[in-house]
Amino acid sequence: MSEGADMKKRRFLTATTSVIGAVGVVGVAVPFIASWQPSTRAKAAGAPVEADISKLGPGELLRVKWRGKPVWILRRTEKNLEDLTTLDPKLADPASDMPQQPDYAKNPHRSRKPEILVAVGICTHLGCSPTFRPDVAPADLGPEWLGGFYCPCHGSRFDLAGRVYSGVPAPTNLVIPPYQFLDDNTVLIGDDGGAA
Amino acid sequence: MKKLLIALIMLVPGMAFASAGGVHLESANINLDNDAAKQRGAKYFVNYCLGCHSLKYERWQRMQEFGLSIDDIKEHLMPANAKPGDLMTIAMKTGDAQAWFGNPAPDLTLEARLRGTDWIYTYLKSFYLDDTRPFGVNNRVFDKVGMPHVLWELQGFKKPVYRYDVTMKGHVEQSFESEAEAEAFIKEHGEHGDFKISKVVHELAVASEGQLDEAEYDKVVRDIVTFLAYMAEPVKLERQRLGIWVLLFLALLFVSAYLLKKEYWKDIH
Amino acid sequence: MSTMQNLVNWIDDRFPMTKVWNEHLAQYYAPKNFNFWYFFGSLALLVLVNQILTGVWLAMMYKPSAADAFASVEYIMRDVEWGWLIRYMHSTGASAFFIVIYLHMFRGILYGSHKKPREMVWLFGTVIYVVMMATAFMGYLLPWGQMSFWGAQVIVNLFQAIPVIGEDLSVWIRGDYVISDATLNRFFALHFLLPFILAALVFLHIVALHKVGSNNPDGVEIKKNKDENGIPKDGIPFHPYYTVKDIVGVVVFLMFFAGIIFFWPEANGYFLEKPNFEPANPLKTPDHIAPVWYFTPFYAILRAVPSFAGTQVWGVIAMGVSIVAFFLLPWLDKSNAKSIRYKGPLFKYALWVFAITFAVLGYLGVVPATENGTMIAQMLTLIYFGFFFLMPTYTRETSDKTTMTKIYFLAMAVSTLATLYYWWLFEGGAAGSMGVKLFVTAIAAGHFIIFGIKPWAKPEQSKPVPERVTG
Repeated sequence: MSEGADMKKRRFLTATTSVIGAVGVVGVAVPFIASWQPSTRAKAAGAPVEADISKLGPGELLRVKWRGKPVWILRRTEKNLEDLTTLDPKLADPASDMPQQPDYAKNPHRSRKPEILVAVGICTHLGCSPTFRPDVAPADLGPEWLGGFYCPCHGSRFDLAGRVYSGVPAPTNLVIPPYQFLDDNTVLIGDDGGAA
Repeated sequence: MKKLLIALIMLVPGMAFASAGGVHLESANINLDNDAAKQRGAKYFVNYCLGCHSLKYERWQRMQEFGLSIDDIKEHLMPANAKPGDLMTIAMKTGDAQAWFGNPAPDLTLEARLRGTDWIYTYLKSFYLDDTRPFGVNNRVFDKVGMPHVLWELQGFKKPVYRYDVTMKGHVEQSFESEAEAEAFIKEHGEHGDFKISKVVHELAVASEGQLDEAEYDKVVRDIVTFLAYMAEPVKLERQRLGIWVLLFLALLFVSAYLLKKEYWKDIH
Repeated sequence: MSTMQNLVNWIDDRFPMTKVWNEHLAQYYAPKNFNFWYFFGSLALLVLVNQILTGVWLAMMYKPSAADAFASVEYIMRDVEWGWLIRYMHSTGASAFFIVIYLHMFRGILYGSHKKPREMVWLFGTVIYVVMMATAFMGYLLPWGQMSFWGAQVIVNLFQAIPVIGEDLSVWIRGDYVISDATLNRFFALHFLLPFILAALVFLHIVALHKVGSNNPDGVEIKKNKDENGIPKDGIPFHPYYTVKDIVGVVVFLMFFAGIIFFWPEANGYFLEKPNFEPANPLKTPDHIAPVWYFTPFYAILRAVPSFAGTQVWGVIAMGVSIVAFFLLPWLDKSNAKSIRYKGPLFKYALWVFAITFAVLGYLGVVPATENGTMIAQMLTLIYFGFFFLMPTYTRETSDKTTMTKIYFLAMAVSTLATLYYWWLFEGGAAGSMGVKLFVTAIAAGHFIIFGIKPWAKPEQSKPVPERVTG
C-alpha cells in the first residue's frame, strides 16, 4: 500500500498530529485531576477559626475545632513556665529543632505569648488525642510529672509546651498551627497573617 | 427538509418562553461583563430581596469576582454573623415563611436560568395595585403572585388599565374599553355564537410616583437582573473565553489530522 | 533484535497481542468506500468513553439522596474546581450520544447493515439502544429537578396501565408510592452499572461485525472478490486508513461538542431543560411535562393512542412495539439488494417518509398535546408502523406472499382502517378541525395504498447490484 509513498512526510504528519493530540489529551486531563483538589466548600470549612479566651483562667484549657482537628489553647501559670526549663534533659527535642512549628513558636514556650499555648491536640505517634494532665506527680504518671499531656493509646508524654518526652513512641513535638492574636482576647487559628 | 424541520423545532421552546401569561416580555439587555452593574445589583439585592429570598447555592466570597473586596463584602453586604465562605442563606425559617406568605419565597440563585433574564426584568417592572390581593399588588407577568412590591419606593405604584375581550371558543373577536361596551356587542351579535367576556390587564398607568423616573428605575432593575444572571452561572464568561481557545486548538489539530489523512489516502484509488 | 521487538515477543508468547492487532486493525480489511455515514460508530464509542469518564468523576462529588442531590449538582458547578466542565461534558454527551446513535442506526438502514449475515450485529445494536435509553432515563432523575421528578413520575406511572399487576409493579419499581429518595438512590446505582454493561455489549457488537466483515454503501460483499493473496480487492486495512480517517472525524465532532459545551450547554432548553433549574417539588406539577428530546418520538406515540375499555395500556403497548420493531428489521426487509442505492424506489420514499415522521413525532412529543396535534400524531404513528410492517410488502421482489407477510399486511390494514374509523365514526373519537381530519385521512389512506396495496399487487424490483464497489 505504500509504493512510492512519501515516508518522510508521513512520519512528519504523524508526529505533528501526535504531538498536538497529546497536548489535547493533557488539556483534557487537567480538569479531571484538578477537580480532586479541595473544593471551595472544603476550603471554607477549613477556614480560620476565632477563639475567645477572655474567660480562660490560668491552668485552663480550651478546645477548638479547626479543619476537623482539635486545637488546644492553654493559659499556662507562672509555675508552668518556670518548670518548662527544668524539663529539657527529659525531652527528645527541647529546642524545637524539628519543623513542627512556625518560626514565632520556635522558642522555649513554643508560642507567640509565653502564657498562651496554641497546639494541635493530636499525638505525633499515630494520631490519638492526648489527655490534659495538669496535675503534678499523680500516681499513674510518676513523681517527676510536672503537668503536661498524656496520650492513652500508647503512652506518649508531652510537656505543657507540647514538647515530646524521650523514650516514648511519639517521635516529635506537638504541631503548632499558624495563628495570631486579633486582640488580647481573641486568637485566630489557621491564619498568621503571613508569619511573623 | 429535515434540516428545516429541525431548525423550526429549535425555535419552539424559545417561543414558549418569550411570553409569560400572554404578556410580551421586555428585553433585559444586560451586559454580563459589567462589574459595576453587578456590584450595584448585589447592593440592591441585599437591601431589597435578601430578607426573604436566599441565594443558598452560592457563597458570599464569590462577589469578589466582580471587583468587591472581602472587606467590602463583610462591611456592606454580609450579615454580622456570617463568614465569607458561607453559603448565602437567609434567617427566615421555612415554617414562618409558609405562615406569612403561603409559599416560602423561592431561592433565587438559579432564577435567571429557570425563567430567563427578560422574565425577571419584566416581572420587577410589572407590579400593579390590586386590592383583592393580600399585599395590595398583583403582577402582569406572574398572576396572583404572593410577593409585595418591594421596590415601590423606587418605582412608585402603577394601576391597571383593563380591556374587555369578547371571545368565542378561546378566540378573541373584539376588544372594548369598558364592560358596558362589550355587553352591548354581545347583545347585538349574541345569536352568532357562544360569547364570553374576559377582563384583561391591557396596560399599566402611573398611580403614584416613586423616587426614580422610569429610565432610572429600569437601570436599577437591569442591575439586579445582571447580578442574578451572574449568580445563576458565575463561570459563564470564563467558559466562553476558554471555549475560544479550545476551538482554536481543535482547528489546529484538524489541519494536521486532515493533512495526515489525505497523505495516507493517496494510496487508495 | 531491538528491545521493542523483544518486548513484543515476550508479550505475544503470553497474550495474543499482535494477533489481535492484526486481525482487528492492521489486517482487518474494510471496504474502501466508507462515506460520511461511517463516522458514527467510532464517534459513538468516543461518546461512551466520555460518558463513563465524566460520569465516574461526577459520582465522586454527587450525592444521590433527595435531600442533597440538587444542591450537590450546584456544588459541582460552583465549588469543585472544573466541576462545571465535567458536568457540561456529561450533559452534552448524553444528547450527543443519541444524535450519534440515531445517525449510526440510520446508516444501517440506508445500506442494509441489518441484513444477512449481519443480523447479530443489528440485534446487539438494538439491545445497546434500549440499554442506552434505560441509562439515560435513570440518569435524568439524578439532578432531582422539577423535570427530573415529574418526567420520572409520568413514565413510571405508565407501568400502572398494565392490567392486574400494574399498580404493584409501579410501586416495586419506585420503592415507594411516589418517586422518592428510594427511587433516586436505586436509579443512581443502576445508572452507574448500565454503562459497563453497555461497554460489554459494544464489544460483542464489534465481535459480531468482525466475524462477517463490514458492509458498505453499495451493499457489495467485498469478500466475494479476493486477490491472489486472499485479500478482498475492494478492502483496505482498517489501520492505518480508517484510524487516520476516524481521527479527523473525531476532531470535527469535538469541534461541535466543544462548541456546545462552551457556548450553548443548555441548547435552548433541549440539553438542559429549564424547569430542571428548580428543585423537585412533589406538590407542584410543572405546566408542561415532556421527556428529553431523544425520547419524544416514542412519547408522542404513547400519547397518541387513545384509551379503550377503560385502560391506557394500548399506548404503552404501541410505544413498546415501536421499539421492538427495530429488532425485527432484518426479517422485515425482503429486498434482494442491501443498499438503498439498488433497492426499488418505494424503499427510498419509505425511508424519507420515516425520517420525516420520526422528526415530526419528536416535535409533537415536545409540545403540549392538542386535538389537531393528537390526530397528526396518530397518523404519524400509523406511518411509523407502516415503515416496518409494510416493509415485507414493499420490498419483496416476488409475488410470493409468505404467512408472515400476510399477517403484517393484515395488521397494517386493520390498523389503518381502525384509525380511520376512530377519526370518523367512533363515538367520542378524535376531536379536531375538519381540515386536519381530512388531511390525516388522505395521508393515512394514501400511505397504505402506496406502500401496501400497490406493491402487494405488483412487487418492486431492485436494481442489479454491482460486483465491485463503486465508491
